[in-house]
Amino acid sequence: MSTLSKSPWILHYDASSCNGCDIEVLACLSPLYDVERFGIINTGNPKHADVLVITGGVNEQNREVIKNLYHQMPDPKVVVAVGICASSGGVFRECYNIVGGIDCLIPVDVYVPGCAARPESIIDGIVKALSILEEKKEKMALPVRVASGGEQ
Amino acid sequence: MITLPFLILFPAAVAALLLLVASDSWRRLIVKAGALIIGIASLYLLFITPEAGPEFFPVAFEPLTGLMFLAEMVIAAFLIYLGIKYKKYLAIFLVLAQAALLVYFETTAAAGVHTVPNLFIDQFSLIMALIIGIIGSLICVYALGYMSTYQEHHPDVRDRRRTFFFLMFFFLSAMFGVVFSNYLPWVFFFWELTTLCSFLLIGYSGTGEAVNNAFLALNMNLLGGLAFAGALLYLAFVSPGGQLLEISTLIQSGHVVALVPAVLIAFAGITKAALMPFSAWLVGAMVAPTPVSALLHSSTMVKAGVYIIVRFAPVLTGTMEGLIIGLVGGFTFLLASAIAISQSNAKKVLAYSTIANLGLIVACAGVGTYKLVWAAILLIIFHAIAKSLLFLCVGTVEHRIGSKDIEDMTGLIVRMPKVAVMMFIGIAGMFLAPFGMLISKWAAIEAFIEAQFGLIFVAILAFGGSITVLFWSKWMGKIISVCPVATKVENGIPREKWIALSFLTAMTVFICLAFPVISSHLIEPFVLSVYGQTARLSQDNITIMAMMLFLLMIMPFSMLWYRKSTKVVPPYMAGRPTTPDMHFLGSMGVQRQVNLGNYYFEEVFGEKRLFMAGTALCFGLILLMGTLTAGVAL
Amino acid sequence: MILLENALLFIILAPFIGGLVAGIDRKLTARMQGRVGPPLLQPFYDVGKLLQKEQIVVTPSQHFYILSYLVFIVVSGALFFAGGDLLLVIFAFTLAHIFLVLGAYSSYSPYSFIGAERELIQIIAYEPMIILSAVGMYLVTKSFFVWEIMGSSLPLILYLPGVFLGFLMVLTIKLRKSPFDLSTSHHAHQEIVKGVTTEFSGPMLARVEIAHWYENVFLLGFIYLFFAWSPPVAILAIIIVYLLEILVDNTFSRATWKFTLKSSWIIAGMMGLVNLGVLYYLSAVVPV
Repeated sequence: MSTLSKSPWILHYDASSCNGCDIEVLACLSPLYDVERFGIINTGNPKHADVLVITGGVNEQNREVIKNLYHQMPDPKVVVAVGICASSGGVFRECYNIVGGIDCLIPVDVYVPGCAARPESIIDGIVKALSILEEKKEKMALPVRVASGGEQ
Repeated sequence: MITLPFLILFPAAVAALLLLVASDSWRRLIVKAGALIIGIASLYLLFITPEAGPEFFPVAFEPLTGLMFLAEMVIAAFLIYLGIKYKKYLAIFLVLAQAALLVYFETTAAAGVHTVPNLFIDQFSLIMALIIGIIGSLICVYALGYMSTYQEHHPDVRDRRRTFFFLMFFFLSAMFGVVFSNYLPWVFFFWELTTLCSFLLIGYSGTGEAVNNAFLALNMNLLGGLAFAGALLYLAFVSPGGQLLEISTLIQSGHVVALVPAVLIAFAGITKAALMPFSAWLVGAMVAPTPVSALLHSSTMVKAGVYIIVRFAPVLTGTMEGLIIGLVGGFTFLLASAIAISQSNAKKVLAYSTIANLGLIVACAGVGTYKLVWAAILLIIFHAIAKSLLFLCVGTVEHRIGSKDIEDMTGLIVRMPKVAVMMFIGIAGMFLAPFGMLISKWAAIEAFIEAQFGLIFVAILAFGGSITVLFWSKWMGKIISVCPVATKVENGIPREKWIALSFLTAMTVFICLAFPVISSHLIEPFVLSVYGQTARLSQDNITIMAMMLFLLMIMPFSMLWYRKSTKVVPPYMAGRPTTPDMHFLGSMGVQRQVNLGNYYFEEVFGEKRLFMAGTALCFGLILLMGTLTAGVAL
Repeated sequence: MILLENALLFIILAPFIGGLVAGIDRKLTARMQGRVGPPLLQPFYDVGKLLQKEQIVVTPSQHFYILSYLVFIVVSGALFFAGGDLLLVIFAFTLAHIFLVLGAYSSYSPYSFIGAERELIQIIAYEPMIILSAVGMYLVTKSFFVWEIMGSSLPLILYLPGVFLGFLMVLTIKLRKSPFDLSTSHHAHQEIVKGVTTEFSGPMLARVEIAHWYENVFLLGFIYLFFAWSPPVAILAIIIVYLLEILVDNTFSRATWKFTLKSSWIIAGMMGLVNLGVLYYLSAVVPV
């Protein structure tokens, strides 16, 4: 296990969440759960982040923002969709303004279910994401490198 | 020994020729050839300057002094004419007062004088001559390119380029006269010539603002000239034979005799060097074409002011008056640096930084221990080079982008890469570690600690020095920020400008490498001959700084290493989709553009507030000094 | 006299010490907040990870500035530990910091731009006090050379209590600790994202972090100078000072730039200058 998975810095983005999941994400930072035990830090900056944590589904307002944030993160990076809305659109799926889950826009690596997702499961999801991060790192090291996403 | 009179007369001859020649191509030729010859002649001085002590060259030509008196009267008449024309009565009054003093001096005191006036050269004169001869003539060459563009950009300004170049070269002549004359009435004559030249050059454009500022400069410098003339009269009465009218004997004659004239002349120096409360004229002089500013700030005019004060440092040292002059310099340094923070006009920032650095030089000279004089001369050299480079860069940029506001220089590194790099080096030369100005400030801190009341100055340097860091680095940051969409506008800069800019950039770097040699061959012998002991930096420190400079020079090559390997993404805009030219949709769907502006802290470092404080403080100090000196004199 | 081997030791060991200090810092901070906190070696994991990441830039010139920043921080620190001239060390550190600021400016990003401006304010806030500290040491030991100050048998702290307090004040700024973490911070910093470091990522951010470690070791060395006459006391003092800084960091909220500038100048003026004035007066009247 390299240092990569010992220091996952997350970027938390509230797409169109009802704030339920966001409170749970922030609860992870509190003394009770203390995710810094795993080296997890909530950076507010895609350029420093390894894990993109998104709550809520995609709508027309945040579509470009999500793409933008994703592209500004350096490889290797993983995306964790927290809560049912981020995973599939949830109860808002049929709304006129909702496009769907995050995976209709960018590739999602881990889905954390729940409404709202519990802090334990969020931490579990991020820790799961770490092994995917390691895998991606190994893929990056391969000689043939796939161009990562389209430039704007 | 012909070089000294040659250097005084030759630029005047070139000037006269330029006044006659109307054709632009001839003018180009004459200016370039003249500049080249002046440069070579001043370099030649390097070989003929004696190692120990000054060398004197008597000029046994009796009518010369009379001619100078006549010229002074003609100038006075001319100034009175202009004063009447523009209704500037204060100037007329000052000219009349000064003329009266001179007439009195000539008719009563000068009769008994029977010394043969002489020219002299020592290492300090040599340094000044090199600055005037090389930097001054480079600025004249630059002015060729600048003035033709200037006239195109300002069709309303009458094309008086003949007069302009006449004045530029005549200015050099006068400056050579100031630094080579040993006979004080001659120094005074050349001193007044520099006042006249600067007055006419500042008023070149003839607009109301230019005329007002020109008269402001004239008034303040005439006030200084009045003090200078007073010093001459005093000396003529103290020594009817006129021996004390020579700088060399005056300086050696000790505190008792020399203090009063030294203080009077130092006051003249303070007005010329534009220290507070007289700083307004130098800031006002910004209305002149940029080469004039460059000339005034780096190699002529203000440098004459500090030159004369450094000359008299041995007399001032250890006296209350010297300390007060030092304090005027110190406070000027602190407050002018602070004011520079609040300015966004590049030329004004440069002006305040000049005032600040002159203040520092005067602080060193006023306290006047041998270590401080060493530091002061270093400051004069480094400041002249870096400041002229910066002025010329600003002038070049101004003509290409049509603004001299620092806020408009965003991304200059993309738009005018070469000029931006030169400007960068110039700014670095003004405040960063292995470069000249910082070495001098450092030397000054070390020297002040040991001086009397030095702690005040150390504190001023500690605070003032860090303030300097702020306004230079934010300017630096402006020019190196890489804005994504920008067109390159560097083409079409005349060759004369490039010549001057490249030379000065090379000199800024070279002088840092060569400074141990300059110190050991020029500054140390001078300080040694005046004080009997000298200062120097330790060998270790020089080696370390050379290493730092070397590192700085190789660091840019690291860019080659990283050239292609990295992915470029736009700056973080909180996730908002942003176009390459930094437009984005703000709230309510309004299209907005990113505009990054520097902090200017107007409410803290505002010009008005600090200028008032500085004027009050320094005016009070000068009054105190005047009272003390009057006490000594009576 | 330049002690090259000390410089070499600094260059090799400082990142380990600096990283470890940062680890202890984070652990203690967590404990103060009632958390378990990250492993002690977490800063090394972070830098290790950053070095493995892909390098993205806003403009390639960032590389030049950040590399220069790191190099000059290392050179300045090495110069300090080699026993060089204290003023030169201070000026060299300023040079290094200017490179960091320029790196932030070069990206033309709003957040790093504000960070850069704030960093400059911080520089002018702490620099006078640091220079006055060096001057204070000179007044006591009659030398600016670190090796001579180190070798002095005088207890500097007894001569320079005011200067030391002033230095502690600006130390908070230098260590990027609350309430003076204006330009960038180790903790969540949402108002200007990550300030001066916003646009540095991956290996480049690792370099910034390593430079910070180097600088922290230099700062601890500077504290040492005040107590150089007795190494055990010096080490104890360093530990106490650092604990105090962590406590302050966790107690105060972030200050405004005006407060930062004013308070640090006033403290420098009151504590530092008065202390120096007394020393100056004494040395003029009673030769030491």
